[in-house]
Amino acid sequence: MKPVSSGGVRAALILATLGFLALFLFLPLVVVFTEALAKGIEAYALALVEPDALSAIRLTLTVAAIAVPVNLVFGVVAAWAITKFEFPGKSLLITLIDLPFSVSPVVAGLIYVLVFGAQGWLGPWLTEHDIQIVFAVPGIVLATVFVTFPFVARELIPLMLEQGSADEEAALSLGASGLQTFLRVTLPNVRWGLLYGVLLCNARAMGEFGAVSVVSGHLRGLTNTMPLHVEILYNEYNFVAAFAVASLLAALALLTLVLKSLVEARFHPHERRTGS
Amino acid sequence: MIRLEGITKTYGTYAALQGIDLSVRDGEFLALLGPSGSGKTTLLRIIAGLAFPDSGRVLFNGEDVTQLKVAQRKVGFVFQHYALFKHMTIADNVGFGLSVRSRRERPSAAAIRARAHELLELVQLAGLADRYPAQLSGGQRQRVALARALAVEPQMLLLDEPFGALDAKVRKTLRRWLRDLHRQMGLTSIFVTHDQEEALELADRIVVMDKGLIEQVGTAEQVYMEPASAFVSDFVGETNHLPGGFHVRPHDIEIVEGEGQPVRVENVFRKGGNWRIEGRHQALGQVIEFDLDAQRTPPLVGALVQVRPQRLKAFTGNPEDFHEHA
Repeated sequence: MKPVSSGGVRAALILATLGFLALFLFLPLVVVFTEALAKGIEAYALALVEPDALSAIRLTLTVAAIAVPVNLVFGVVAAWAITKFEFPGKSLLITLIDLPFSVSPVVAGLIYVLVFGAQGWLGPWLTEHDIQIVFAVPGIVLATVFVTFPFVARELIPLMLEQGSADEEAALSLGASGLQTFLRVTLPNVRWGLLYGVLLCNARAMGEFGAVSVVSGHLRGLTNTMPLHVEILYNEYNFVAAFAVASLLAALALLTLVLKSLVEARFHPHERRTGS
Repeated sequence: MIRLEGITKTYGTYAALQGIDLSVRDGEFLALLGPSGSGKTTLLRIIAGLAFPDSGRVLFNGEDVTQLKVAQRKVGFVFQHYALFKHMTIADNVGFGLSVRSRRERPSAAAIRARAHELLELVQLAGLADRYPAQLSGGQRQRVALARALAVEPQMLLLDEPFGALDAKVRKTLRRWLRDLHRQMGLTSIFVTHDQEEALELADRIVVMDKGLIEQVGTAEQVYMEPASAFVSDFVGETNHLPGGFHVRPHDIEIVEGEGQPVRVENVFRKGGNWRIEGRHQALGQVIEFDLDAQRTPPLVGALVQVRPQRLKAFTGNPEDFHEHA
């Protein structure tokens, strides 16, 4: 194909793209780290080992440690069901998987308050049995699971559709059981896509603000995740501490990007080589 | 022996198979031949246990296996696109069927590996045991798929369009090789193809299918020389359609000296050891194709030649119709 644009246009487009990225992505990242270190490395470190910060970090890790495995299992099960079987309501299920992407996280959080809150549908029953969900860790976990559940399934469904079921049929025809087929054929076939989905799911689980903010109740040292902790510190004009915690989240984002590129480098050349 | 009795299969409103009865002899090499949508692949999958009929029975050696799953039927299935496991080496692919057996029946890892090597030798790929499928050519992958299917010592071999994804040259070599392998092992084998040449060359018997029904079962010679229906005559080999339901093969029309049916030559080209001539039949007004030995001088384009059909096959209508024009 003939290049449509001259050299000048090309340079302008590249500059515009780079400028945009610099302004909206690179600059904020720099700001996060410079602000965090504005009063030296000592103030930075202190902000991170302070008990409320430690508690927020611990809670974020706990929530991710529950939400990611849950959605890993759910995503694999849903993708398996959707791509390998025909059943009524299948297209509805596909639509529902996307729901968390199309609904505002705040609304998602509110749903949990309305269902599990003191004034909610299940509120009286829960109070009676002394179970606290909203404004406690279980609510945060539920909201996070809801917001992050499309990631793994979304990554796997197109991949598994494209691969079809010939490999599974081959394994079955060779005498493998259903479980052997899943563990030795299906799972290895989607492993890079799965890892990719888990990475994105984890990044979102740790970074989620809206839904978690609604159900958390912002109890310092108890129900504050890292993103919520950043907001509180910022509102208290404690900029160094706010940016110090934010820098951890930013570092997580960078780490996710690096891992994602590594996975892609493994994933795509492999696909290209075998995709004949 | 494999017996199929009254097999039907419907997908939604589409009738893929509408009553199939068929017997396959032990050691036979059978082709299921038909255009796409004829139901041939569905039939193969039903024999394998990868699909199940709506009605009818599948019998192996007199035993009803209709409800048995693929794993219990002891069949070797070679998939159209081979379905090799990308993340396993060639040796691991071939040994897969043995490695998934229950602990009691499973050979040792060393024994599995030895068996894989043995089979790779059989399919002439001994040196490639530690490669991955992506590093092999199409023809090599096909042979790996075959070795993998044979590793579980199946009682029959089922092949879905075994040469469909290969280029013409490789296809030919592999075809000959597969025929020799079948002679050597004598394993009952059924393959699906839409390529009549492939069926004629390989199969002991050919099952010609169309629209979910069997049109004819016979040897290559029978199917070609005595087609049971207009469809078979048309699908297997080349045929001129003449009015009144007559079919005549291009090599059954001869140019004659003197009295014949006049044909105006429109095109002449070489087709192997023959000249292929396309000409307009003056009485019928339609183009017919016929062959002339390439040793002879071909007629010039525009010339009027006299032809006579040597062998006609009538499928519908009255034989008089043709002679009227003749």
